Amino acid sequence: MTGFRTPQGGLIDRSKPLEFTFDGRSYSGFQGDTLASALLANGVRIMGRSFKYHRPRGVWGAWFDDPNAIFDVTLNGRTLPNCAATTTALIDGMQARAVNAFPTAKHDLKGVLDRFHALMPAGFYYKTFIWPNWHLFEGMIRKMAGLGRLDGELIAGYQSAQHHDRCDLLVVGGGGAGLAAARHAAEAGQNVLLIEDHPALGGGLFRRALPVEGQSPADWIAAQQAAILAAGGRILTGTTAFGVFDHNMVGLAQDHGFAKAPSLWRIRARRILMTTGALERPVTFANNDRPGVMGLDGALEYLARYGVAAGRDIAVLSNNTFATAAQPLLEQAGCKVTLLDATRGPAKAIGKTLRAVDHNGQRIACDTLLVSGGRTPVVHLWRHAGGKLDWNNTISAFVPGHAPDGMAAAGAANGTYDLDDALSEARAVALNHAAPPARKPVPMPLLQPDTNSNTRQWIDLQHDVTLKDIKLAAQENYVSVEHLKRYTTLGMAPDQGKTANMAGLAAMAQLQGQSIPETGTTTFRPPFVPVPLELYHGARRGQLFNPLKRLPLENRHRAAGAALGEYGGWLRPAWYSDIDAEVRMARNHVGLLDATPLGKIEVMGPDAAKFLDFVYYNTIATLKPGHIRYGFMLTEGGIVFDDGVVARMDPNRFVISCSSSHVAGVTALLESWRQDGNDPDRVFIHDTTANWATLTITGPQAKPVMQALDLGVDLAGFAHMTWQTGHFHDTPLRVARVSFTGDTSFEITLPSAQAEPFWDTALQLVQAENGGPIGIEAVSHMRAEKGFIIIGKDTDGETMPHDLGFSIPRRKKRAAFVGDRSLHSETANRPDRRQLVGLRSDTLLPTGAHLVTGKRSIGTVTSSYHSPTLNHPIALALLENGANRHGEAITVWHMDREIPATVTAPCFLDPKGDRLDA
Amino acid sequence: MQQFPCPFCGLRDEREFHFAAEAGKIRPDTTQPVSDADWAAYLHNRKNPKGETREVWIHTPCAEVFILKRDTLSMAVLGCEPLRKDIP
Repeated sequence: MTGFRTPQGGLIDRSKPLEFTFDGRSYSGFQGDTLASALLANGVRIMGRSFKYHRPRGVWGAWFDDPNAIFDVTLNGRTLPNCAATTTALIDGMQARAVNAFPTAKHDLKGVLDRFHALMPAGFYYKTFIWPNWHLFEGMIRKMAGLGRLDGELIAGYQSAQHHDRCDLLVVGGGGAGLAAARHAAEAGQNVLLIEDHPALGGGLFRRALPVEGQSPADWIAAQQAAILAAGGRILTGTTAFGVFDHNMVGLAQDHGFAKAPSLWRIRARRILMTTGALERPVTFANNDRPGVMGLDGALEYLARYGVAAGRDIAVLSNNTFATAAQPLLEQAGCKVTLLDATRGPAKAIGKTLRAVDHNGQRIACDTLLVSGGRTPVVHLWRHAGGKLDWNNTISAFVPGHAPDGMAAAGAANGTYDLDDALSEARAVALNHAAPPARKPVPMPLLQPDTNSNTRQWIDLQHDVTLKDIKLAAQENYVSVEHLKRYTTLGMAPDQGKTANMAGLAAMAQLQGQSIPETGTTTFRPPFVPVPLELYHGARRGQLFNPLKRLPLENRHRAAGAALGEYGGWLRPAWYSDIDAEVRMARNHVGLLDATPLGKIEVMGPDAAKFLDFVYYNTIATLKPGHIRYGFMLTEGGIVFDDGVVARMDPNRFVISCSSSHVAGVTALLESWRQDGNDPDRVFIHDTTANWATLTITGPQAKPVMQALDLGVDLAGFAHMTWQTGHFHDTPLRVARVSFTGDTSFEITLPSAQAEPFWDTALQLVQAENGGPIGIEAVSHMRAEKGFIIIGKDTDGETMPHDLGFSIPRRKKRAAFVGDRSLHSETANRPDRRQLVGLRSDTLLPTGAHLVTGKRSIGTVTSSYHSPTLNHPIALALLENGANRHGEAITVWHMDREIPATVTAPCFLDPKGDRLDA
Repeated sequence: MQQFPCPFCGLRDEREFHFAAEAGKIRPDTTQPVSDADWAAYLHNRKNPKGETREVWIHTPCAEVFILKRDTLSMAVLGCEPLRKDIP
């Protein structure tokens, strides 16, 4: 029991006591505490276990830099894993449990692992479990690895709000420098946004506890806050800038409390001012991981913000004058304080429960050892934005160097530690002026670890990286800092090495006999602090991420009992009752299909015919008005991109009916060719797919249904591949004779708003002819019986039109068209190209199965069905030289099974097309 | 996230744009003989410069196809040009 609550002081509300538990024991704290501060006030010293050796860990820092105290926290039945105790605000009723410890952090069964530490150096797992096979050990090691436990329950309503905003100046960090800069800029008329990650503004001013420009810290902070708001500036507290992204977009995570999703702010800032402060740097010495060894700044934060003293008998080991300034503060709190100079000789912590420190030949009794090995400016955002770092020898730290566009740094983040210097620097930089030279530099000599000692000296407290591990890495030539990091896992713990990295760099530099800037730093990447993944997507999930396209007749389909499924982004009727029955009904009588998703892209203008001739494989210019032509669009590589029909309305107007799932892609391709390479004033493209509903009536009884519908078209003279206009009551419509089933078919296209009354009438007449609605699955069977392909299913990324039997334009078309030259390449002329064929077999062939000779694959099954019409299995396939193999026997291989089949022409029903006009 | 200028809509977020092609590539006249090498160069060879580059991009919401000048190293946007020369 060492830490204690001071009789007064802190920003906590002592009138509001809060109860909570930690590892099963009850404690109390106050409103305004964090879990860590409340535990420290209760004298709890061991708050966690290290990752690898399960060594006991006390709290090191008081904010995001603490690597040690990580809890699973339950409140009101919700458990959040891996909460940093130092940043989790205490709430009445919280139940916290240290991660990676069982049963408790104080008595952890796996603590025994530490006895074998000599056997488990860096790379232990890499080296040991590779033989005979990593997978033998994987399960066990995965169980040991990881920290918090997920409770598996979704938190209802856990959704991040997404804000998009902009400002002239974004000030990151509401300490002294940030407040001064924000006020100065706001009063000069800039649109200023100041953010601070603590709930309260003030940064390091509280722990410094000295007057600021003649005012008490609290009064000065309140005055700046009021002035910023009065000048129109905005302030967000509890908000962390977790990354700077391209073109000065800053990501902010705004905290809303425990188990509530933080908000995401995407801020476009004209300028970013980084006043993020500096972090305490640890000192590397023997047994420096013992609970009771803490960062000096952390201890002062606990004292100033929470009224908690870290111990009663305190030794301070430091290389700088901040320790001198801290002494009276700690003494006022009732602590006994001894100052030790870290530059004079190595130190060693004594006692499992800390009782003394050996330093410079003396043993100094203490229950708490506060260390300050210098400071590390928080430059993460600077590096995210691509700014350079310079090494400053006076303060032995990397400071912001060459600035990224629109970014500046001031205060401790810029290595300016004296407050008055920091304030003048911040005010100058806020207005984009040059900063005045610092008047009072605060020197901090570089502390170098004793690399000859055999004692255990910790570098990374969470991941148990010791000086010995750095030595081993150096010995094994993992000397680049990026290799050092990955080999030893230095800085890969949840705190991402905020404190550990500089100690590791100093050690490696020392071992290599080079300077720290020569050694370099690892890459700084967002996010600066852990953020939940929900932050990024907000409401953009499920239907709001990728909305289904809905048919205007969806309600009618539901009423007809349709099973709806997603086909190419559209929610379509898959079937109504039974697929085979629907096929037989449509083949023997008549079927009604909702074909609304078919593309309806209008291409208009005096150059429309010429344009389509260029983008289509087939010649379109010769198509007469009133007629329809089937054709392919190719890529410039000659690969089939889309198939569909083109209908000519009049000399200057066409409608492209492309694949249902491909409308956006075809439109984009057309637009791209239209604007890049054509005169965009002479051809126009308009996707009208959503404006029209299309219903297909197909089957031997289609004509009687059409007669009864009485749409005002000339049925007697209505040839296949032509279209006519008609009307349904007062609604004008188009009727096209095209067929995707091989039977007589009429496609009726009318405004979406009239789809329902038309459907009702058509369905009634279809049913009168013993027909009914058919789903997309029945149509897929029927088109396969005819050998009609689906692009992307029966073709792949190598299929050219002549592989599908369409070779006339390749040989004869004179006009240039997309992909033309590629159809005459060496590859295009190969005799072993994969060509479309049919397959007959006694059993249903698996789609995707290979066609083989010996062990070599010479093709694949692309579509396979049991044909309800023919009552035997049918399949389409792509097969090497397939067009010349009709009648050959072939082996189909699938999952070690061989199935005999016969190659046929890719058409199983009515090859002459007699049914079209039956 | 980068911001690109659409000549039609102004500065918009990167996610609204699609890369289309390298600017300045001329499609060979395929009504005349084109060698394999020339066609392959048209299809596959990209300058992929480190630094300043000119590219054709599409602003998806308005379907404007335009030339974007940017720096592939610094990610700086250097400007845009409409493909159409006649708009004011």
